[in-house]
Amino acid sequence: MKYTQGKYPITEKTAIAGNIYSFTIECPETAEVAVPGQFVHIRVDGFTLRRPVSICGIDRKKGTIRIVFEIRGEGTKQLSKLNEGTLIDMLAPLGHGFTVNPDFKKVILIGGGIGTPPMLPLAEIYGQKAVVITGFRGSEAVILRNDFKKTGAELILCTDDGSLGIHGFVTQPLEKLVNKGGIDAIYACGPMPMLKNIAAMAESKGIFCEISLEERMACGIGACLGCACRTVKNDEEYFAHVCKDGPVFNAKEVLW
Amino acid sequence: MADLSVNICGVDFKNPVIPASGVFGYGREYEELYPLSKLGGIATKGTTLHRRNGNLSPRIAETPSGMLNSVGLQNPGIDYFISTELPNLLKKDTVILANFAGSTVEECVEAAEKLDDTDVHMLELNISCPNVKQGGAAFGTSCEMAAEVTSRVRKATKKPLVVKLSPNVTSIAEIAKAVEAAGADAVSLINTLLGMRIDVNTCRPVLKNNVGGMSGPAVFPIAVRMVWQTANAVKIPVIGMGGVSSGRDAIELMMAGASAVQVGAAVFTDPFAPVKIIEEMNDFLDSKGISSIRDIIGSVKAW
Repeated sequence: MKYTQGKYPITEKTAIAGNIYSFTIECPETAEVAVPGQFVHIRVDGFTLRRPVSICGIDRKKGTIRIVFEIRGEGTKQLSKLNEGTLIDMLAPLGHGFTVNPDFKKVILIGGGIGTPPMLPLAEIYGQKAVVITGFRGSEAVILRNDFKKTGAELILCTDDGSLGIHGFVTQPLEKLVNKGGIDAIYACGPMPMLKNIAAMAESKGIFCEISLEERMACGIGACLGCACRTVKNDEEYFAHVCKDGPVFNAKEVLW
Repeated sequence: MADLSVNICGVDFKNPVIPASGVFGYGREYEELYPLSKLGGIATKGTTLHRRNGNLSPRIAETPSGMLNSVGLQNPGIDYFISTELPNLLKKDTVILANFAGSTVEECVEAAEKLDDTDVHMLELNISCPNVKQGGAAFGTSCEMAAEVTSRVRKATKKPLVVKLSPNVTSIAEIAKAVEAAGADAVSLINTLLGMRIDVNTCRPVLKNNVGGMSGPAVFPIAVRMVWQTANAVKIPVIGMGGVSSGRDAIELMMAGASAVQVGAAVFTDPFAPVKIIEEMNDFLDSKGISSIRDIIGSVKAW
């Protein structure tokens, strides 16, 4: 565990969809140690609590990380007003990330809506071994399409309203892939009902499955115990914490 | 460099800044960021006789200039604390205040007996947690119950005993007088104020526990008032807390009568807050030509 807190320059800012922003941040010490699935905890002036945002890109050579976030309330609205060249106060990198196994031959990465960004660094690692399934409300909400294509992974796009890609939920193409067999792992991030269905599907086929969870959070480092998540540990119910034990959990450990 | 040291109940603190119970765990997470020896002391996470899972999530909500929490005393139990966490903390060259609570008077007494057998420096009896159904604030909102639990715990330990008080009462000074008479060596205040938020889109409370304890800068003026009233009502030292987020705030609370200050929600905004507060207090004293922080305690000249 190695995290630092400081103010780092935003080197690139883009609006990538309605109310969704991408920041590239120069922070070599974070880029050096961050792994896919971890998050950064951002201070927003005038607010008591920091905002946890998952890491969407790690570039060790350039010493940068990328985050993608959606305006959800006043805090993220203010965050979106930061511009290129200004400093962002981060505590990072935090949390327990995804387990990457070089022996895996075929993996499925699933992102639902604003749960999509943390899957990108995984796609960069697995490349052609990965099938990425992303789901959005409609074509206007689709993000990171070209970024995923660049990784060499196969991309399957779904929209709830059918305006782009498959008309329906991510679980439809997932079911087909899982039934074909040969899948070593499923990784997912997105809304809880989606994660619950994915976890059940992985469990029924005995596939290794990791999911990234979200919870209202205060300290971000495991001290305040605010972001509890019901899990099973040694056959006993245990309230784990999304910030330190997660945000990535083995799907089998989570009590829904 | 001003002299920041204080002495509370015979225990020497190198400075008067103490991360408050509940925000700092058992110190391990913040030790990644700075040496704990910089701190005057550490009030450890509220620990109970038996392990507790705490309340269901969400346990955290933001409020204007503050927050609500309903963690509900999740902790690994007093035996784990004593065997695994306390020995590590005692090596850190800072004063350790073991915060503990119980659902019954007997549980508080048993936990105090166990802590009495350790090398911990001080005990902080929490009779003010708003997030548990039994014990907690139920002990801290009546003078009789507060005195009863304090007097029973007093008999169980020779360690300096601090009693942490609830602000959710008509007169915190009366409760403070009751625990002073029952043998408390000091009081600490204020614990969180009971609050609630509702998501107007879902018609549901934001917290799964419906209600929770409010803290952060918004409660600071209430803390100043309650510390002032309490310090004027009792002879024992008062440890002040509630929304302290700068050296200026800490000085203000000490002027109101606090002998030391605890820092809570501010560490969520800035994990370095306690360290910065110590530096800012020193700068303030230097700029005013005041040689010792002890000269500040209770120095408010009330109208």
